[in-house]
Amino acid sequence: MLRMRFRTYLTTAVAALLTVFSASIVNAQQDPIRIGEINSYTGPLASFTVPYRNGWQLAVEEINAKGGVLGRKLEVISRDDGAKPADAVKFAEELVRREKVDLIAGTFLSNIGLAVADFAQRNKVLFVAAEPLTDAIVWAKGNDYTFRLRPSTYMQAAMLAEEAAKLPAKRWATVAPNYDYGQSAVKAFQDVLKGLRPDVEFVEQQWPALFKLDAGATVQALALAKPDAIFNVTFSVDLAKFVREGQLRGLFKDRQVVSVLTGEPEYLDPLKGEAPEGWIVTGYPWQGIESAAHTAFLDAYSKRFDDYPRAGSIVGYNTILTIAAMLEKAGSTDTQAMVAAMKNLELDTPFGPITYRAIDHQSTMGAYVGRTAKVDGKGVMVDFRYANGADYLPDDATVRKLRPGK
Amino acid sequence: MSFIVVQAITGLASAASLFLIAVGLSIVFGVTRVVNFAHGSLYMLGAYLAFSFVAAFGDSFFGYLAAMLLAAIVVGGVGAVMETSLLRRIYRAPELFQLLATFGVVLVIQDLTRLIWGADDRFAPRMPGLDGSINILGHAVPQYDLFLISVAFVVLGGLWLLFRHTRFGVLVRAATEDREMVAALGVDQRWLFTGAFILGATLAGLGGALQIPRQAVGLSMDLNIIVDAFVVVVVGGMGSIIGAFVAAVLISELLAFGVVIFPQITLVLIFLVMAVTLVLKPSGLFGRPEFTTAEDRRNPDPPLRAGQGLSRIFWWSLLVIGLAAPLAVGDFAVIVLTEIAILALFAASLHFLLWGGGLITFGHAAYFGLGAYGSGLAVFHLSMGMAPALLMAPLAGAAGALLFGWFCVRLSGIYMAMLTLAFAQIAWSATFQWVNFTGGDNGILGIWPSAWASDPVVFYYLAFGVCAAVIWGLRHAIFSPFGYTLRATRDSSLRSAAIGVDVTRHRWLAFTLAGAAAGVAGGFFAFAKGSVFPDVLFVSTSVDGLVMVLLGGMQSLAGPILGAIVFTEIETELTRLTDLWQLFLGLLIIGLVVVLPHGLAGLSALIRRRSS
Repeated sequence: MLRMRFRTYLTTAVAALLTVFSASIVNAQQDPIRIGEINSYTGPLASFTVPYRNGWQLAVEEINAKGGVLGRKLEVISRDDGAKPADAVKFAEELVRREKVDLIAGTFLSNIGLAVADFAQRNKVLFVAAEPLTDAIVWAKGNDYTFRLRPSTYMQAAMLAEEAAKLPAKRWATVAPNYDYGQSAVKAFQDVLKGLRPDVEFVEQQWPALFKLDAGATVQALALAKPDAIFNVTFSVDLAKFVREGQLRGLFKDRQVVSVLTGEPEYLDPLKGEAPEGWIVTGYPWQGIESAAHTAFLDAYSKRFDDYPRAGSIVGYNTILTIAAMLEKAGSTDTQAMVAAMKNLELDTPFGPITYRAIDHQSTMGAYVGRTAKVDGKGVMVDFRYANGADYLPDDATVRKLRPGK
Repeated sequence: MSFIVVQAITGLASAASLFLIAVGLSIVFGVTRVVNFAHGSLYMLGAYLAFSFVAAFGDSFFGYLAAMLLAAIVVGGVGAVMETSLLRRIYRAPELFQLLATFGVVLVIQDLTRLIWGADDRFAPRMPGLDGSINILGHAVPQYDLFLISVAFVVLGGLWLLFRHTRFGVLVRAATEDREMVAALGVDQRWLFTGAFILGATLAGLGGALQIPRQAVGLSMDLNIIVDAFVVVVVGGMGSIIGAFVAAVLISELLAFGVVIFPQITLVLIFLVMAVTLVLKPSGLFGRPEFTTAEDRRNPDPPLRAGQGLSRIFWWSLLVIGLAAPLAVGDFAVIVLTEIAILALFAASLHFLLWGGGLITFGHAAYFGLGAYGSGLAVFHLSMGMAPALLMAPLAGAAGALLFGWFCVRLSGIYMAMLTLAFAQIAWSATFQWVNFTGGDNGILGIWPSAWASDPVVFYYLAFGVCAAVIWGLRHAIFSPFGYTLRATRDSSLRSAAIGVDVTRHRWLAFTLAGAAAGVAGGFFAFAKGSVFPDVLFVSTSVDGLVMVLLGGMQSLAGPILGAIVFTEIETELTRLTDLWQLFLGLLIIGLVVVLPHGLAGLSALIRRRSS
């Protein structure tokens, strides 16, 4: 009897142990998937990164409400790099080593994107670069572990050059901030436009220092060259100065202006009643996109934040959609499996389906191209169309040359 | 021809903006000798306040004007609070300590502004009545530009009247010329300082408010303007009002015509003007040379002797902790420790100049950055390994310091500080824009340690070992005959020269030595981060270095080390915890400045005094 009882005890104990053990396994299964996120949330870039943060928060909440991915919730651990590349690398180290994240995402400035991409390659961590625009991150300095979501400088410039080629203008002037982004945008625009229209010439180039545009002098210098049309790359505070001085000094009268990113609410809305009319721009006309997918996003975003989305919001949202779709495809958080899953990853976004190209790790997310107009005293985009990113990338042979080691 | 006239008018409008900002800074410096980094923040605050007032009642010409004036007055009030509650407490603190306090204010105002107005750029409407343009010789010129030019002349005239015909103005001029004499004649300095500071703050606020019809209001306004304002003040001559005006006109006109001929020059031109001016006329166009005897009388430090007792225990325990730490802490902490070791060397090399040589520099980032680029470029262009590339770092730092130092050590005080800043900014512009060689803004990537040092703990020991050795070397230099001579030139350059010391050469050597040491730190920094970007040479890196030194305390060799540890730890942990880390860091700095005017290292002296 006693022995019997002992046996029962033993079995019960073993069973109990097993239950506890298996429960802990299940718990481990249900530990959240940890995503490290780095961006410039303080300092002068906050107006661009805060809508972006709203975007990814919304996506995380929606996905977790549906039970997460692979039966696990998503958890984002976010860090502010204060717009310093060295600090971004420090937090990448922290996220990987202390927080043990499964992958890294984010960044806005091109140089910070490049610094983190280099870190990702060295430490063999997947990096989903959300916002940096530089072509180098997928081409000249592209690496195995880095994938980029947003349409690049080259793609945006190519979209605009296509429209510019339809204009009668022959004499072009350019104005761009004097650093990598401005220089690459001007170069890409010139190359594509000259390819389409060998008869155009570039008669004047202005290179103001970033955020230090001497607007009056620059506008006068542009007018002096008497161009037919102007290609503008300035943005943010420089754009506001440029637009006001240009209008006051009649620079835009009878001239076409083609302008990168100016249709994004981040840049267009601060101009309020002085938003330029008739400029050809790339951007995000959130009021006018009628697809069901975008309407659902717009409603959810407006409800959650009591605000309308900016271009950054959609980038943040798509970043998390990308990661969720990749995890479903990879089936695990093993880095090699995740990197393999990123290649040719297809997913649906509020902008429609996008693909991450295996050849250069660039997504085919596009942008809207249209003209600016004023409605009710505010700048909006009209006559726009969605330019699919896939149509504005060079052919594969050129990409292979641009991306060494591939 | 018509273009030249119109472009000249455009340049004058920019000059008017620059003048309004710079003149307040110049008055404040002239009287109080405070280098007010927060002047740009007051300017930004003026712009934001004016934006809000205009939104409330700015829909007519006079409403708009009233809004701008009210903003200026409110900023004047903020200046009054800042002077009476903060600066007044620390005028007796070591030189440059006020700078740290005003830097704390910069951080606080930056975050408060973001909290109040949000992060979005704000674009005010045009000024009613001046919202169009008029035709001058066939060109459209904005009416507001002409208004701005006339405001600048009105302010110039008003200040002239104030300084010539009121008692306050006469006292301000007297204090600018010889502060001690004014005090000796029984003038209440507190009242005078507060008055001058309020005047300066009001002018900064007015300058910001007057900008809103021309440009969007944003959070980058403060740091964007402050360096330019310093340049104008220094080119014109510290404390000179007409100098600020002439310098503003000179720089703006050069820029206006410069963009036509050579558009890329905009970033460098302003610093080139400053460098040329200071080399040719060391006290600025309208400045008077400072009395060197008055300079000599400051610096009441007792001579520092090689440490015994407490100080010895401190250094040895630091070494032991540094060696043992990686065994006790996690992976990421090792990375932070590496950064601390590197920044401690950077701070120590800056301290060597500031304290050892009495040489004030605002551009020490140049040598740190040159070291980082020296290593980075050696890897990138010459495919060097880590060890030889690290050797390039001190060479690059020393070469830069040798070249820039030759010009800088001929000046003294604030003028020397500004010339070092000019050279640092020129070096920064060069790395930023010379894309083919330096990679420009996209920097140099792939500078990772060699395989044998790729483990973070090994790299930490390497960095710690070398940095500790160089810091020890700097300390050794301080107590060598060279160091004693250097300190003699600091305490009295006149007497040193009289006993046959070649003051300039000693300073030049010290400058080069510090440049080489900062270069070592820069080289390790590049390998720790795996990449180099132009921002390592930017003025913010120099300011970080100054904050570390001043936070730790100037009067002790342990100061920069303590400062680097505390600053790096606080920054790393605060940014993890909160978006408002700038606010907390700023408040912490201000609090420390008020409680511990001799820095953290002053704490031990305080305790010793209390206990004895």
